Amino acid sequence: MDRYKAAFAQLKEKKESAFIPFWMIGDPNPEDSFKVIDTIAQHADILELGMPFSDPLADGPTIQASVNRALQAGTTVDDCFGVIEKIRNKYPEKPIGLLVYFNLALQYGLENFFARCDAVGVDSVILPELPVESVEISDPKNQESDSIIEMARKYNVHLTFLVSTNTPEDRLQKILSYASGFLYAISKPSLTGAKTKLSQETVKMVLKLKQQTDTPVCVGFGISEPDQIKELTENKADGCIIGSKLYEFKDDLKAMSEFCEECKKASKV
Amino acid sequence: MKNFIQDSGGQFGPFGGCFAPELLQPVIKRIEKIFEDFKASPELQAEFHKKLKHFAGRPTPIYHAENLSKTLGGAQIWVKREDLLHGGAHKTNNVIGQSILAREMGAKYLIAETGAGQHGIASAMAAAQIGLPLKVFMGAKDVVRQKVNVERMELLGAEVISVESGSRSLKDAINEAMRYWISHAEDTYYIFGTAAGPHPFPELVSLFHKVIGEEARAQILEETGKLPDEVHACVGGGSNAIGIFQGFLDDKEVKLVGAEPGGDGKRHGLTLGKGVIGCLHGSISKVNCDKNGQIEESHSISAGLDYPGISPIHAYLQSIESAEYVGITDDEAMEALLKFSRSEGIIPALESSHAIAEVMKRAPKMNKDQILLINLSGRGDKDLHTVFEYLENQK
Repeated sequence: MDRYKAAFAQLKEKKESAFIPFWMIGDPNPEDSFKVIDTIAQHADILELGMPFSDPLADGPTIQASVNRALQAGTTVDDCFGVIEKIRNKYPEKPIGLLVYFNLALQYGLENFFARCDAVGVDSVILPELPVESVEISDPKNQESDSIIEMARKYNVHLTFLVSTNTPEDRLQKILSYASGFLYAISKPSLTGAKTKLSQETVKMVLKLKQQTDTPVCVGFGISEPDQIKELTENKADGCIIGSKLYEFKDDLKAMSEFCEECKKASKV
Repeated sequence: MKNFIQDSGGQFGPFGGCFAPELLQPVIKRIEKIFEDFKASPELQAEFHKKLKHFAGRPTPIYHAENLSKTLGGAQIWVKREDLLHGGAHKTNNVIGQSILAREMGAKYLIAETGAGQHGIASAMAAAQIGLPLKVFMGAKDVVRQKVNVERMELLGAEVISVESGSRSLKDAINEAMRYWISHAEDTYYIFGTAAGPHPFPELVSLFHKVIGEEARAQILEETGKLPDEVHACVGGGSNAIGIFQGFLDDKEVKLVGAEPGGDGKRHGLTLGKGVIGCLHGSISKVNCDKNGQIEESHSISAGLDYPGISPIHAYLQSIESAEYVGITDDEAMEALLKFSRSEGIIPALESSHAIAEVMKRAPKMNKDQILLINLSGRGDKDLHTVFEYLENQK
């Protein structure tokens, strides 16, 4: 059974939205990042994990600093898969999403990459630079390969797409036709980073998307307070992704755990 | 081959595409639309050419470097004088074109990245000319080594933002400019500086620099009665090279040669020479990265070539063997700069000196009736600090 389908079905029954914390694998090093991820996983419905890339051009300063720590610790792509495998073994049911910049997957070999995702139990992948128009192309390094979307499907990996309040309607329709797992809705067009106020535009976007698709809609970028989770849950969001804010607790796992607990509470209406 | 760039839809074999974050896709699509309008509009093209003539000073001449040719004792060396273009480098062609696109799109703000500072200066000139505020993102390392250019940008009214992240050079300036653009896409146009980045930038930057090759081909025919045997240009991101190459793509007998920065021998920027197929800054092209996919820092004594990426169009030309790309070390480029300055009375940019260095290797082995044409993409005044520091260290 698809872990996303199972998780969202259960949440729906309990009238909760998904709490989805994000952490960069390898920060501060692969071994200790496992401890952080294990801490947040205890409160998470879904995990969103990042692989560190030298040039994260969609990320703000907090995630950039996280990437730097992970790369300075020498974190490799295989180290990341190793950490995911350990998390998967401990949490067999929890969906795991992976955010990976395209060049990392390309150099690993796209087919190998998706196969490895399948093997360690990754349920979805965000390739932030891969536009919906290009999901039908084959691996640029191996023109003989299946298309990217075919490879993902073959290895049971959902491709997660982003939409924002700025996405034009025709583009949105194209994205919805490929969306599976969940749809990543971005509050205001911006970089990743903590903000405190939720815009009404975001709430409106979620309500509109919910009418257009059956794919669960989760909101990310700039979410940092349990109150925002509460408001989004009340307005039909299926989940909230919190990343940058967690880094305030990076040296205090107990405080991080408490914050995650509060976030999870806020996701119960 | 004709017009293969303009008819590509942004795809050059396996290279190119629009691999930019989703948040940038709507604004990039708007630029694509405006660019199509530009190509279909005789009025906008007339405005572009008028500004090239009266603002930038086109056409630039070609010049026979007779002294150097005589000293080397082989092929005749000719240079296309883009160093004489307003601003001191070829970059002005591109910014004039893109500033028209920005205005047509209704942008209120402009941003640009810069390595050596030449694209930053050109953007600052164009921004002042069309009356829009400009922020220029520049690696902190380059802010130091290209101090005079920072002052020129500021004098022209631009705000220079020193980028402290990553390797603090051109690659990181582009990252920061893209990040800023993501948060300000609605009213901001990004004047991309080279023929790389997401579609349609490789195509539009190439089109705006095409005039270099068109002029050069007509001029060399007029002056010598024949086509050159080889056309040489330096290659960082690849805009000046694609500019001049486009004049000769249909002339099978003309060899096209790009000179990449070989750095100090160990550290380099040989993206075509040593890179792999990958994704950086919005397109599939060749990149220098480690086996994990982490982008490697490039190195070159010339800030304008210090970039681990490359235009997807050059990656394509290399893959179909329509152009050849060689490496030139820092030392070779510096020697060429000094030699050219003293034999011709022209101080070439360190970037362009890479192409001169390759020509200096080849000319002696060729006949006196053969012709080597170099795109002298910029003037070297901005490099004086680097040159004198280099000479000091040689003592």
